[in-house]
Amino acid sequence: MTVTQETARPTANPRRRPDGRSDGGERSTMSYAFVSVYTVLAVAFGVLPAIYALYLAFTDGDGGFAGIANFTKVVGDFRFLPAVEHVALYLVIWLVALVVLVSFLAIAVHAVRVRWMSRTLRLVFYLPGALAGASSVLLWLFVLDPTASPVSGLLHLMGFSSFVQVIVPANLPPVFAIIAFWTGAGGWIVIMYGALNNISSDVIEAARIDGAGTVQIAWRIQLPLLRKWISYMGIMSLAAGTQLFVEPQLLSQASNAVVPNDYSLNQLAYQYAFQQNDFNGAAAISLLLLVIALALSAVFVMRGGLFERD
Amino acid sequence: MTTMNIGRPVGRRSGVSGWSGRTIVAVVVLLFVFFFVIPIVWLLLATTKSAHMLIVENPFRPGSLGDLAANWNQLFGFQDGAVTAWVGNSALYALGALVITLIASIPAGYAMALTEFRFRRLLLVLTLIVMLIPNTALVLPIFLEMNVVGLIGSPLSVILPMSFFPFGVYLTYIYFSTSVPRDLLAAARLDGCTEFQVFTRVALPLAAPIVALVAFFSFVQSWNNFFLPFVMLPSSDGYPVQVGLTSLLASTPAFNPSSAGAQSVQLPTLALATVISVLPVLIVFLFAQRFLVAGMTAGGTKE
Repeated sequence: MTVTQETARPTANPRRRPDGRSDGGERSTMSYAFVSVYTVLAVAFGVLPAIYALYLAFTDGDGGFAGIANFTKVVGDFRFLPAVEHVALYLVIWLVALVVLVSFLAIAVHAVRVRWMSRTLRLVFYLPGALAGASSVLLWLFVLDPTASPVSGLLHLMGFSSFVQVIVPANLPPVFAIIAFWTGAGGWIVIMYGALNNISSDVIEAARIDGAGTVQIAWRIQLPLLRKWISYMGIMSLAAGTQLFVEPQLLSQASNAVVPNDYSLNQLAYQYAFQQNDFNGAAAISLLLLVIALALSAVFVMRGGLFERD
Repeated sequence: MTTMNIGRPVGRRSGVSGWSGRTIVAVVVLLFVFFFVIPIVWLLLATTKSAHMLIVENPFRPGSLGDLAANWNQLFGFQDGAVTAWVGNSALYALGALVITLIASIPAGYAMALTEFRFRRLLLVLTLIVMLIPNTALVLPIFLEMNVVGLIGSPLSVILPMSFFPFGVYLTYIYFSTSVPRDLLAAARLDGCTEFQVFTRVALPLAAPIVALVAFFSFVQSWNNFFLPFVMLPSSDGYPVQVGLTSLLASTPAFNPSSAGAQSVQLPTLALATVISVLPVLIVFLFAQRFLVAGMTAGGTKE
C-alpha cells in the first residue's frame, strides 16, 4: 500500500534529494510526525529563548528599542570587569590543568599493563564525575574547611587555619579550578584512554624497534594522535566554564558573603534579573555568554569533523 | 606516518632513565589517586560520625552506626521531612523529563537518520549547535519565557526544558545511521509495513541499547541540574535535592554562623545529605561506566 502511494504521488516535496530520489507523501508526512515533539521542544526551549533574549537585550523596560544601551550599561557596571577577570582567570588555570594533567594521566594509565590496576585507576578517576554541581561543591567546602578537613594538616601547612582564610578572593580561581578538575577530569581521562587504545600497536611497536623510549612515544606519537580529543575537551570545557555559577553561588552562601554573590558573569546576570528586576540587562549578559558559547560550538561543528556521519 | 620521525635511537640510556622516570610517573599517578579518592572516602566516613568526632578525631576513623542513625534522623527531620520531599521532587523531575525525552528524541533521531524530509539538514545542524552549548546558557531566557506563560513554580517549568535534550537526539541519530541498514527498512516496507510500523516493529526493537543510553544520560543530567530549578522554583516545597542542599547549607552553623537555632544542621548531617543527593547517580555510574564512555565517544568513533 505504501509502495503504491509512493508511485502514485511522486513527491510532496519539491526539493531535490542529494541522491536524486524523491520521497513518498506518507513517508515524509510520517517523518514530520516523528520529529514533531522534538521540534516543538527545540523551538520552545532552544530557538525561542534565544530570540527572546535577543529582543530583550535590545529593548528597554517599556519595550522600546534601546540600541546597544543595555550592553553599554552592563559592560560599564562596576561589577562587570571583575566578573570577567574572575571567570577568565579560573578558565586559564582550569584549562591548562585539564589539558596537561588529563593527557599525562591518560597516557600513564594506558601504560599500565596490569589489567585490573588499569581498570581500577580509571574507575577511581572517573567516579567523582557522579558528584556534579552542588554536591561536589559541598564536598569541597568540607575538604577546604581546616576544622573538619581530611587534609587539615596540609591546609595548616599551607598557612590556612580557618575556612575564611582559604576562600580569600585571590584563592578562588584555583579553588574553583580544583573542584571542576576533580569532578570533570575523570570522564576525559577515560575518553583519552579509549582514544589511545585506537592507536595501532604496530605503530608503537615500530617506534620501539627504532629505539624510541616511552617518553618519546608519548610525545611524538600518542600526544599528536590525541590532539583532536584534546581540542574537543578544550572547547567544551571553555564553553561550560564561562557559565560558572553554582560554585561561587554556594561559596557565597557558605561564607556569609565573603565571596560576593556577583562573582561570576552568570551570577551577575542573575542579580540583574532577580535583585534589580532588570531583565533587559540580564538578557544582555546572557546574550554575551550565549554568543561566546555559540561561536565556540559553531567553530567545532564546522571545523571539527568529529560529527560527520562518514 | 608519525613513525618516520622517530629515527634517532636513544640507546642504552633509556634503560636507566626509563626506570627512574617510571617511578616518578607512578608517584604522580598515586598522588592523583589520593586526590580523587580521599574526598569521597572521607565523605562516606563522615556520615557515621557525630559533629564532635568529625572535628576532633582522626579523619579516617570510622564512626558508629548509632551516629549514622542520629545523622539520618536529623537530616530527615529537617523542616518536617523537607529532604524526603526534595528527593521525591528530584525523582519526579528527572523521571518526567526522561519519559518526554525518550518520546521526543528516539523517533526524531530515527527520522533524521533514516528518512528524508525537507528540514532534516536544518534540524540536524540546530541539534549539533545546541548540543554543544552549555545547558545553563539559555536558562535565564527560558525563565523569562516561562514567566510570560505563567508556569514559574510549576513542575512543568523544569521538566519541559529538561526534556529538550539534543544530545539524546544526536546519539540516536548516530546509532540509527551507523547500525541499522536502510535496506532492512525497505524490506519491511515491501512486506507491507506502514511507516509507523517500520519504526515500531523494525527500528525500535533494534534500538534497545540506545534507548538505555539516552535514558541514562537524560536522568543523570536532570538529576544533577542545579541552575534551572534554582531559577524556576521559588518555593522550597518544589526544590529538587540539589537545590535543597543550599537550604541545608544555609542552616549549617559551621558555614553560616547566623543560622544557629532549633533547625540548625550539623556537619555530618550535611555530609549525609551530600551522599544522598548523589546516591542514585553514583549507583548508576558504578554500573554504567562502559555505557558512559560509549556515549561520550560516540562522535569520534568513525573508524
